[in-house]
This record gives sequence, C-alpha cells and structure tokens, in this order.
Amino acid sequence: MTNIAFKKDLKIAVLSGKGGTGKTLLSVNLAAAASQSNYIDCDVEEPNGHLFFKPKWHMKKDVCVKIPVVDESICDGCRKCVDFCRFNALAYINNRLKIYEDICHSCGGCVLVCPLMALTEKDKVIGKVSLGNSEDVRVLSGMINIGESSGTPIIKELLSQSRSLSDKRPTFIDCPPGSSCIVMESIKDADFCLIVMEPTIFGRHNFDMVYDLVKLFNKPNAVVINKSIDGYNPSEDFSDKNEIKILEKIPFDKELGLLSSNAEIAVRKSVKYRDFFSSLLEKIYVEVSNETVTHT
Amino acid sequence: MKIAIPADNNNIDSKVSQSFGRAPFFLIYDTETEKSDFLNNTAASLQGGAGIKAAQLIVDSKASALLAPRCGQNAADVLKSGNISIYKTEATSLMENITAFKENRLALLQDIHTGFHDKYRV
Repeated sequence: MTNIAFKKDLKIAVLSGKGGTGKTLLSVNLAAAASQSNYIDCDVEEPNGHLFFKPKWHMKKDVCVKIPVVDESICDGCRKCVDFCRFNALAYINNRLKIYEDICHSCGGCVLVCPLMALTEKDKVIGKVSLGNSEDVRVLSGMINIGESSGTPIIKELLSQSRSLSDKRPTFIDCPPGSSCIVMESIKDADFCLIVMEPTIFGRHNFDMVYDLVKLFNKPNAVVINKSIDGYNPSEDFSDKNEIKILEKIPFDKELGLLSSNAEIAVRKSVKYRDFFSSLLEKIYVEVSNETVTHT
Repeated sequence: MKIAIPADNNNIDSKVSQSFGRAPFFLIYDTETEKSDFLNNTAASLQGGAGIKAAQLIVDSKASALLAPRCGQNAADVLKSGNISIYKTEATSLMENITAFKENRLALLQDIHTGFHDKYRV
C-alpha cells in the first residue's frame, strides 16, 4: 500500500471527549480498510464495534478482580487494614470486619498489612473479553457486568490479550468516551492518538479535555472532524488556535449515517468509502512516520 | 443515651449538615447529662468511601442513634451493623432536633439513597 516506514504493529487509539462523536465509525472503518488488522473495543461499558463486525467468536474469557476475605477466627480487630484502605472499603463494627466489595479497588494492600494474615483474596468476576474474526480483521471486545464501577481491569485484559497475539498487524483501539482512568488505560500503549471531534461547542469543550490528556501522555496525535458542515466550525477554530493537525473532515453525510445505523461497515459496502478511509489511513501512517522522525 | 448529628459548625447553635459522610463535624450529644461533644469528621475530605468511614466514627463514638436528613446505603449498612438507629431530622438547627428526638417526634429514616459514589452508573 505504501512505502512509508513505520512499525507494522502500530497501535492507533481513537478517542473523543464526547460520546457519539464517531470513535466506533472511525476505528471500525479504519480497521476494515487496513484489512489485516486488529480492532479492540475498549468501550467496555457499551461496546458496539461487534455490531458492525459481527465476528465469529472463538474465545470468551471472564475477567476477575481480587477481593479480600477475612478469616474471623484469626482477626483480632487491630484495624490496620481499615486504616490502610484509602478507598474505605473496610470497616470494623461490633468486633467484625466488614468488606465493601463495590468500593474495593483490588490493590491487595489490606492483605499485606494484616499482621496475623487473617485476610486472603478471592476472585470476583466483573466482566468478560471475547476474541473473534470478521473477514481479515481480528476483533477483541470487552464487556463489563452491570453494576460494576470500573472497567479498567477489563481494558488491561484486552490489551494484554492483544499483546499476546504478537503479530505484525496494525491495531485500532476504540476508546471509551471522556478522559477518565479507563481512557488513560486504553491509550497507554498507543503509538498514536486519533481524536475525533464534532463541529459543535460541546464537542470542542470535550475535545479540550481529551487533548489535555493526550498531551499529558505525550502521544503523537491528530484530529478528524466528523459530521463536518460548511460555515463556522468551533472545533476547527480550536484546532487552528492550538496548532493541532486536522487530518480529515468527514462530511455530514446521510449515506454514511444510513450505513452506520444499519450496522454496516461503510468500507465494506462502498468503493467511495473504501477509498475515503484508505486515504485517511495513509495520512495517519504519514503522520506517524513524521512523528517518528521528529522524535528520534 | 448518646445521639449523633452531622453539623455544619462545631457549636450547639449550628445547623444540621445536609450531608452525612461529608459533614464537617458530628455532634455527639448525651441525652442524660445533656453534654455536647463535637467530633471532626475526618472522612469529610476523603476521595471515596466517606460514608463508610464516617459511620465507623459514629459507631466508635458509642452513639445509639443518628439524626440526619439523609444517609447513603453503605453508611446505613455500617450503622445497622453497629446497632445504631437512624432518625430523619425535621428542623434545621441541632437543638430543635434534639428536642424533637427527646419528645419522640422524629421518625426513622426510610429513604436510604444508593450513595453519590455511583451516580454515574447505569
């Protein structure tokens, strides 16, 4: 496809501050355009990439976290664990240790500080990861169980699964919206961050937060404006002021919208979009190779 | 018996704090001796689990009842394990509620909220 030099197992994170901006549209279509690629759905609270890829799953695995368990016959109520827990998941009431599993962050500290070794750990299932194939695209998708508060362990598992594949394919990481811990976990290992932005004031505001995060992580980045229309564009204005490169503008396009709402992958349905996303992919590769040059 | 009330300030003229876990102080009032003690709520500034920590403070204070406008699920669970009854405050000042409690005019708090820690959950 191209002679540009870049590593073959490039990891591209697609993110946005606001939900519904087009992360899945971009990451799914870029992965489909790249053909031999990996697509990872890190939006574990509401994964939807699989609706487009409709993969044939060949692996499903539970994701567990560790939760402390107390042996009441050993515990003497010294409260070292209660004092240690910065999330206050433990309380000592009526000569009994109470453990609040929903509050626990699975750090394991209570087990370490217990002088009597009265605490051990048990597994608690918080979600699952699935691996499948859709044509030449390998699809990894995570899903958190309802009521669980943090998807970070599931994203860790997804990325560890993808590392164990260890093949020379580009990987597209479909991030959760926002700029919280789960997004940080999703972009941590990425070589490049592609930020999708909407041409609205709300979109620009949320872009601002995501951009701060990407800068904090020192990640090479560029922007794609989705649902782009003529006239004043607050997002474009923001990118210009901050000298952020806009790689592409995806027009506000009924045909593309219709394909997406029918859970079709535009790249696989239309030559026009195949060309469009292939050209965007090329631009990303150029951008990455430029970044590699500037950074060495 | 001892009763606990979340307070905005550490004096008896204070208003009842609208939050339990994040209240700046707790009044521990002894209904027999009519003595007031104010505890600093060390849980107020915590990142998470403030309700649990604050409830632990109340249990450790040996209070038998909590008078509060509202209370979260985890805090209520800790208090229940400590055999502490939760009554719903009616008036805004500490003293008015103490009087109302002594005259058996306060009802048990029924609507335990799920806590503000999971406001982002579906």
